[in-house]
Amino acid sequence: MSSAVAGPSRAKADGPLKLAVPRGALYGETLDVLDGAGIDTSELRGDSRSLIFETEGLTLVTMRPSDVPTYVEAGAADVGITGKDVLLEQADRLVYELLDLGYGRCRMVLAGRVGDERMGESARRLGMIRIATKYPRIAERHFEATGRQIELIEVKGSVELAPLIGLGDGIVDLVATGRTLEENDLEVREEILECTARFVANRVAHKLRAAEVDDLTGRLREAVAG
Amino acid sequence: MIHPIPPGTRDVLPEEMQELRALQRSLIDLFEARGYGEVATPAIEYDEVLARGDGRAAASAYRFFDGSGDLLALRSDMTVPIARLVASRFADTEPPLRLSYLASAYRAVRPQRGQMREFVQAGVELIGEPAPGGTAEVIEVLEAALDVAGLDRAVIGLGDADLYRQLLTELGVEGEARESIIARLATHDLVGLEAELSQVGGISDEQAATCVALSQLRGGSEVLAQARGLGGAAVERATARLQETYEELERRGVAGRVQIDLGLLRDLGYYSGAILEVYDPALGHVLGGGGRYDGLMKRFGVDLPAAGFALYLERVHVAQMEEERRKGAGR
Repeated sequence: MSSAVAGPSRAKADGPLKLAVPRGALYGETLDVLDGAGIDTSELRGDSRSLIFETEGLTLVTMRPSDVPTYVEAGAADVGITGKDVLLEQADRLVYELLDLGYGRCRMVLAGRVGDERMGESARRLGMIRIATKYPRIAERHFEATGRQIELIEVKGSVELAPLIGLGDGIVDLVATGRTLEENDLEVREEILECTARFVANRVAHKLRAAEVDDLTGRLREAVAG
Repeated sequence: MIHPIPPGTRDVLPEEMQELRALQRSLIDLFEARGYGEVATPAIEYDEVLARGDGRAAASAYRFFDGSGDLLALRSDMTVPIARLVASRFADTEPPLRLSYLASAYRAVRPQRGQMREFVQAGVELIGEPAPGGTAEVIEVLEAALDVAGLDRAVIGLGDADLYRQLLTELGVEGEARESIIARLATHDLVGLEAELSQVGGISDEQAATCVALSQLRGGSEVLAQARGLGGAAVERATARLQETYEELERRGVAGRVQIDLGLLRDLGYYSGAILEVYDPALGHVLGGGGRYDGLMKRFGVDLPAAGFALYLERVHVAQMEEERRKGAGR
């Protein structure tokens, strides 16, 4: 017989739930939504260099959006917020996607230089298009699904630069307003998908801290619906 | 000079080995004490035989030809080899059979992710004992195993493998849409699940909402009543099965650390009825799992109900260390 019977509710929380908060483009709106969900974000809005902030019943951990799936999958953060683009690009990370938060809306697009036909020419004469991108998996999946071959060129920085100086025929990138494309003489050729901010959870935290995760999910759902 | 080994494999040095051995010993002693005799099977089997147990193409990640042209495969778990063993070696033995193992298994890894290609599983198989008694016995042994490993905060998730298959049949969802919905449920992609359900013809908004809500039900026995409130014959059948198992666990006094979880879905093809997963709050990963596979033995020519579990030994060891650290820090 097993001794010490421990119920799920007895699976004692190791301190408050940890929420991974994305810095960068999603930061401002994320803080607004957290405020709406009754979470005090005033400390995060100051000019503190800290990365970890304690609030009432929740620890907020700030990080790059692309690190959120890593921390949440490992359980270092119990829950987190990041863009769908990040989740798709890291589709092999096992995190539970619980809620579409609806903000941070942007489009993943294929873009080329205005009036330039080199994508078509490469496809015809070389059998493949050369695509520069920060999102190699999303790009690969898109072209695979549409039956076209590409040569992927992965870059880390401003991808708009690539076609301007001859690295690649086109780019796959995330577009919010389209201003960056315009300023660099680029235009959208194809829409690939639309991305918004998502609320994700670690699978063990989702089981063992069910009440807290469900409560936070509910509050966020109301905050973005309001 | 450094001579590499393949990613996802590793050497074990004396200090770690000492701890692993202690853990292995305590688990195997427990299994033996509960009447589960230890068995060993070859790491390499005929691919055809393993594939009989698990029809998916990915059943074994490592397949190769031997000198005489036979296609061999490295086992990806112990459940299928033991089903093979029972059918071949114990065909005339009066069931139930209680067997345990401590063995390496092999799976594919994704590069750069720290996943293990070779890992050790410790587990039991109870063959010939139907639900709910057989399931409850296996859970009882699993609880005792977590206790001897010192993981007194660990929780066992209990779900039903047939729930969504039957629910989707009831809703008339077939083919690609069905696969896609099951995949979303398995990865708990609720946003994708809602989108997928809204695209399937013939499902009302209410039915779609029920499906999503069901997958979020987890907790004590109260979730069974909540599930029933959502209605439907498939839900009724699954909750009745879970209720029976849960009541049997209560009778045995071991329901305390079992969490009923209607969102549980394991990706192995042979599960039917009860499915299990093991969690420890100190670790973000699942420590092990199991459940019933009442149809598996039949594929080897012996029609017997069966259930079992496997713990990932290395992960249990990590959880042990984390729990010790935590206790040390707490005092």
